[in-house]
Amino acid sequence: MNFLKRTIPLIIAFVMGVLMALQYYVPHKLSQDLLEVVTRWDRIIAGFAVFIGAYSLFHLHWTRIKRKVEGWGYSAFVFFGAIITLIFGLLNGGKFFWNDKQDGTMFDWLYYYIQVPAGATIFSILAFFIASAAYRTFRARTNESTVLLIAAIIVMLGRVPIGNYISQYIPAVADWIMAVPNLAAKRGILLGVSLGAIATSLKIIFGIERSYLGGGEQ
Amino acid sequence: MLLILIMTSVFGKLFFTAGIIFIVFFHPSVIFAQSPPFLIPPADFKAFDTPNDAGEAISLTWSVSPSDHPDIFYVIYTDKDKNGSFEKEAIRIKSNTGYRTSVPEIYGYKKENGDYHHVQIFPRKIFQGETLGKKQVYYFKLVMVAEDTKITLDTIASASARGNWLHTKKINNFAIMIILSAIILYFIVHARKNPNMFLRKIGGLDAVDDALGRATEMGKPVLFVHGLTGMGSISTIAATSILGRIARKIADYDANLKVVNNDPIVMSVSQEVVKESYLEAGRPDAYNPDNVFLVASEQFPYVAAVGGIMTRERPAANFFVGYFYAEALILAETGASTGAIQIAGTDAYTQLPFFITTCDYTLIGEELYAASAYLSREPMLMGTLRAQDVGKGILIIILIFGTLLASFGLKFITHLFEAF
Repeated sequence: MNFLKRTIPLIIAFVMGVLMALQYYVPHKLSQDLLEVVTRWDRIIAGFAVFIGAYSLFHLHWTRIKRKVEGWGYSAFVFFGAIITLIFGLLNGGKFFWNDKQDGTMFDWLYYYIQVPAGATIFSILAFFIASAAYRTFRARTNESTVLLIAAIIVMLGRVPIGNYISQYIPAVADWIMAVPNLAAKRGILLGVSLGAIATSLKIIFGIERSYLGGGEQ
Repeated sequence: MLLILIMTSVFGKLFFTAGIIFIVFFHPSVIFAQSPPFLIPPADFKAFDTPNDAGEAISLTWSVSPSDHPDIFYVIYTDKDKNGSFEKEAIRIKSNTGYRTSVPEIYGYKKENGDYHHVQIFPRKIFQGETLGKKQVYYFKLVMVAEDTKITLDTIASASARGNWLHTKKINNFAIMIILSAIILYFIVHARKNPNMFLRKIGGLDAVDDALGRATEMGKPVLFVHGLTGMGSISTIAATSILGRIARKIADYDANLKVVNNDPIVMSVSQEVVKESYLEAGRPDAYNPDNVFLVASEQFPYVAAVGGIMTRERPAANFFVGYFYAEALILAETGASTGAIQIAGTDAYTQLPFFITTCDYTLIGEELYAASAYLSREPMLMGTLRAQDVGKGILIIILIFGTLLASFGLKFITHLFEAF
């Protein structure tokens, strides 16, 4: 059992890890074909995984309804939404699901007039959260936050026309802040991230890091 | 015209003849007409297999001509036979475009690159549907075309497209990978011999125990929020490793862990990881698979669902670990409003400011990858942390050296590390 649960996954991780790392340096068609096949496998696995995800979702909400836990009405709404979407998806505008997907059906309507606006509504909340987060950040209680506050004011003013009206130097200073200190910090983070990613990849390829398989060092 | 007629009637035939000559030779359409362009043909027309490709492209190059002008075109015709009719047009470009300077991966950064044109041809697309051999040679003719004039170069260039087994321009990248890998492997081996390695403190990870202890005391759940990327992303793999360590501690503390996912594969892996952690802690009975669940597979439904869980169940501690996009601030602000201890870890640098603002502790960039080793204190894993620091040291030295050289106008080090 340990062989199936540990050894084989570790061998697969090692072989595929080395193979895909080398693939990056081989431009030959065979190498490109290998990448395509692996990517296709990934998509196929993801397709099957959707059923696991759907089972998890429905099982969770069904349990919530059964046990009448607080807010179980929301779980009922999950089933309502899923059933309605499924029915209209299968109906496919009267042509049924075994035909090509039809345009302008009720299924599309549900997507364009319910899901998209609902997503946009959640996204729009971000504007208010940015304001509240900015308020907390810009309270100049320490030297660092004072520097941050000043830099933020300059960058914000430099990005709008009024900044130029106040002084022609504000947009130039704003650009300098973005292009020099900001970019330097960003690249510093990226270099660290790249090193960390290489280290993590090696740990996985050589089987040193096994926690992603479940469990630790045994 | 009227003036000429009047003058003719007055001065007679002589003036009439002079008038006609004037109209014919000095009419505005004659005076302002452009003379037909005088085309000077380019030279050095060559074809060669495009290096470092899968064997689909042929590169063509020729020198610029003094006649190059936006209204003048270069047209390349191709054929499979040297004596063929060259009827297939492979490419047509304006004569003031397509220079070698745009493809440094082939020609490097030589000054004379601006004096040569370059185009890339994909012959298999041009001869689609025709039988082509593996070593098929293609022939090319270069024609310079103006409005009414065209000249064809006598030179016929030929080449065949071959696949390459090594991307020579990525050798720099390969060398860096080998050096860094060697450093990492050295420190892993070194760590086995010397397990008491000094590690700098990472505040966010030291706070994990406090956060879990608080959740245990309050009898409230701990919420672990995955980022939006799937198992193919290295940050998600790092996140599942951290999840394993946190789950192990939670199993020890007998607290309640909830893991929300937006990807079914990540969910399956997370279930396995949490289950194994509970097994390791000797508390398999405490593991509840329903606590590791999928809430939504789309970005904003995921945000709405996780936000709902935060406000309804009010977890004592929230962990945001993985790669996040616009949802980062919405999630973290919602969590902050519930009064939970919040620890975030991400390598998405665009979202870092939001997490720093709204979370109590943030693992910045590489700290996300260090977390698993830091929490487990396994010597071999800790060796990689030391290696990362040494790698950073080397990079800093190279950066300082490169900055000095660039300040003196020497840019070869920039090209040495260039990625293609």
